[in-house]
Amino acid sequence: MRLEKREAPSAAMLWVAPLLAAATSVVLTGLLFTALRVNPFAALRLLYLAPLASANGVAELALKMTPLLLCALGIAIGVRANVWNIGAEGQFTMGAVAGGGIALALGPAGGWYVLPLVLAAGIAGGMAWAAIPAALRIGANAHEILTTLMLNYVAQDILSWLVHGPWRDPQGFNFPQSRTFADAATLPTLWGTRLTPIFFVAMLAAPCAWLLLQHTTAGYRLRVAGLAPAAARYAGFSARGTVWLSLLIAGGLAGLAGIAEVAGPIGQLMPTISPGYGYAAIIVAFLGRLEPFGIVVASALMALLYLGADGLQMHLQLPLSLTGTLQGMLLFLLLAADVLVANRVVWRRAPAAAHAPGSMR
Amino acid sequence: MPDSPTPPPQAAAPLLTVRGLSKRFGAVVANADVELSVIRGEIHALLGENGAGKSTLVRMIYGLVTPDAGRIEWEGHAVSIADPNAARALGIGMVFQHFSQFETLTVAENIALGLGGRDLPDALAPRIRETARRYGLAVDPNRHVFHLSVGERQRVEILRCLMQAPKLLILDEPTSVLTPQEAQSLFAVLRRLAEEGCAILYIGHKLEEIRTLCHSATVLRAGRVAGTCDPRRVSPRELATMMVGNELAEPRRRTHQPGQVILTVSDLTLEPGDPHGIPLQKIRFELRAGEILGIAGVAGNGQKELLAALSGERLSKPSAIRLGAEAIGGLGPVARRRAGLGFIPEERLGRGAVAELSLAENGMLTRLASPVVAGGLVRRGAARALARRLIERFKVRAAGVGAPAASLSGGNMQKFIVGRELDARPLVLLAAHPTWGVDVGATVAIRQALLDLAAAGAGIVVVSEDLAELFEIADRIAVLSSGRLGEAVPVSQLTLEAVGLQMTGHGAAECLDAA
Repeated sequence: MRLEKREAPSAAMLWVAPLLAAATSVVLTGLLFTALRVNPFAALRLLYLAPLASANGVAELALKMTPLLLCALGIAIGVRANVWNIGAEGQFTMGAVAGGGIALALGPAGGWYVLPLVLAAGIAGGMAWAAIPAALRIGANAHEILTTLMLNYVAQDILSWLVHGPWRDPQGFNFPQSRTFADAATLPTLWGTRLTPIFFVAMLAAPCAWLLLQHTTAGYRLRVAGLAPAAARYAGFSARGTVWLSLLIAGGLAGLAGIAEVAGPIGQLMPTISPGYGYAAIIVAFLGRLEPFGIVVASALMALLYLGADGLQMHLQLPLSLTGTLQGMLLFLLLAADVLVANRVVWRRAPAAAHAPGSMR
Repeated sequence: MPDSPTPPPQAAAPLLTVRGLSKRFGAVVANADVELSVIRGEIHALLGENGAGKSTLVRMIYGLVTPDAGRIEWEGHAVSIADPNAARALGIGMVFQHFSQFETLTVAENIALGLGGRDLPDALAPRIRETARRYGLAVDPNRHVFHLSVGERQRVEILRCLMQAPKLLILDEPTSVLTPQEAQSLFAVLRRLAEEGCAILYIGHKLEEIRTLCHSATVLRAGRVAGTCDPRRVSPRELATMMVGNELAEPRRRTHQPGQVILTVSDLTLEPGDPHGIPLQKIRFELRAGEILGIAGVAGNGQKELLAALSGERLSKPSAIRLGAEAIGGLGPVARRRAGLGFIPEERLGRGAVAELSLAENGMLTRLASPVVAGGLVRRGAARALARRLIERFKVRAAGVGAPAASLSGGNMQKFIVGRELDARPLVLLAAHPTWGVDVGATVAIRQALLDLAAAGAGIVVVSEDLAELFEIADRIAVLSSGRLGEAVPVSQLTLEAVGLQMTGHGAAECLDAA
């Protein structure tokens, strides 16, 4: 058995590969549980089915899905334009900081205008944070993979400093966290669950991203720049425009995800506001084949992994690092399965295929 | 031509025999029952249009593609060539048409990697120099590959193969980037190799070349052997007919009636963007409506830079370039296109077209305006209609407007790109190597399309290293050498040899020594 390069990438395999990766990941997860001396079937049920057993569980899934979906859409748009934004985590954090800062500054006062202002500040915060690597890429030719990644740690330190210092709640028993946001600065919840309307905004962002990529000239330019930079130069598409547009969109989406998290289920600023959504979203983007609708499915799957791993931790006392292990395994298997997109498996001793000569004109 | 082919030695046993080799990709039969026999010391031509199956055949011989049926015999024994390493171990070397090199590494480092990485580049450098001198292939082993022109990179590829002392050397259209003099010195290399007993499988499409160089020829058409012949004993026309399967139309020359000056380049001086590029020095020429100006020159003498300056990918002093009365030197490609400038770039996939995108999406690459675009949105229907029109008008063989550019043969993709630029009705068209690596049928079609465009009143600048092409279609020819453009001289006052000598510039003496 060996691999032979296909003359054209297989379109079917492009979508079979993630399913193959997901299926293999289930099997390997089962083996992992067995190795941990846990009944694999019970554990798999806890991981994949238990979270969906109640309406509240489904709402929690949608809640976890929201930041993943928003961040992954931005990352995918970037990658399609060959702009590798690893900084969704930092843009998420700075969105939360900017929006949260407005919420704290306005205090308990305020009316209907507070929440839009807070959300807008969140989006602007994420965009501003993404503008730094954009400017560095254009001005200094510094690659965004490095700069966005490094800025994640800077963002985390800024948040940490704020909640340990100037923004710490005076009545908070010295805990490193801000005051809780006023009601006017907090997202409404739906149907008695923790779900907020931002979920629907995220679900709407997917078709918008698709529309942008497939049906606008801006999206066309992004795709050409991503696939063939020389063709983009030949056509006269601005390379700077590509970098700015893709990073600002990604930053805005991640910033919205950040503010939606702190103005939603969390309700205040604290040192840890994300269980690695910005990084997990990279996996989501690739699992979803960088296609908006694929990303919707992939973000649901990733959210399920987060919830299921929480359940495992609670019910079976398994370590939380299992979440990262399962995510990593999924990405690893996807990359492995992707070999089949460009290659096919050939059985060495297969008989020569009978063919009808002369069928070619 | 000065040299006539030396007769091949009468070695009885063939070095390489191919029997009944077949290969299909999906629904396409690339090779069907192909028979081929190459003996030691023979220069054997493999002829055929693009898509005829030449590449698939040599890729099977070189172990890149596994045959579906048939067998390969090497020195009388059936062999299974699993990969290029196995092919190299047998003594088969190959120079690809589209070779891949590590651009950030030096020539010596690339060759060291090509030889399996066992020898250190520094240790190889003297051997590379010696082999280069022996065969007259001037290459500095310590240069980085990204500085080199396509022609120079090809020399590196040929050198890499020669370092392995091959018994069979496969070359895929090697002269497409060489001047006549360079081609002659390459032929000298190949003849010497053949005299030393090395067999050469030569894929080509310049028939005159094959007639002077090769001892025998196998012609492929639609994946099958259309015939074998001694190319020295048949006319180019007979060979071409064997390849295409029907009679060829000669390009029709128009009666040339130059109009008013439409493009003026005056004192265009430009520092290169790449620190090792060629600076353009006071380039000046005028182009009249209805005229085709040929710019000849060896790759790496400022062609890239001149084309970038003319197309708007690099900006210059506004007044340095005028389209009609409008100063366009400071305008980018989009604005210049709007002003009436069209551009056919040198590279088809990755520059003139995006390999992964469909023809519909490639058709709009330079046509992002009404009717394809309305209010920032792409009108898919209009884009598909445009692509369909280009396919029909320029007889592009493709599965449809949804077919990805990568699925087309080189010639068909080039016809599509040429068609896209012509369809925009430019006042001035820049064409870089418009028929490079394109089969005979497409070459004729593309040249005719350019002649027709000029006849309709447009001015055309053709940058090409194929002098025969320039002599066929250009009205005047100027030579670009070391970033300076010579006087444009009417073709009737020029000879091939004179232009060839001018192309080598200061290197003329060296070149004669090497030849």
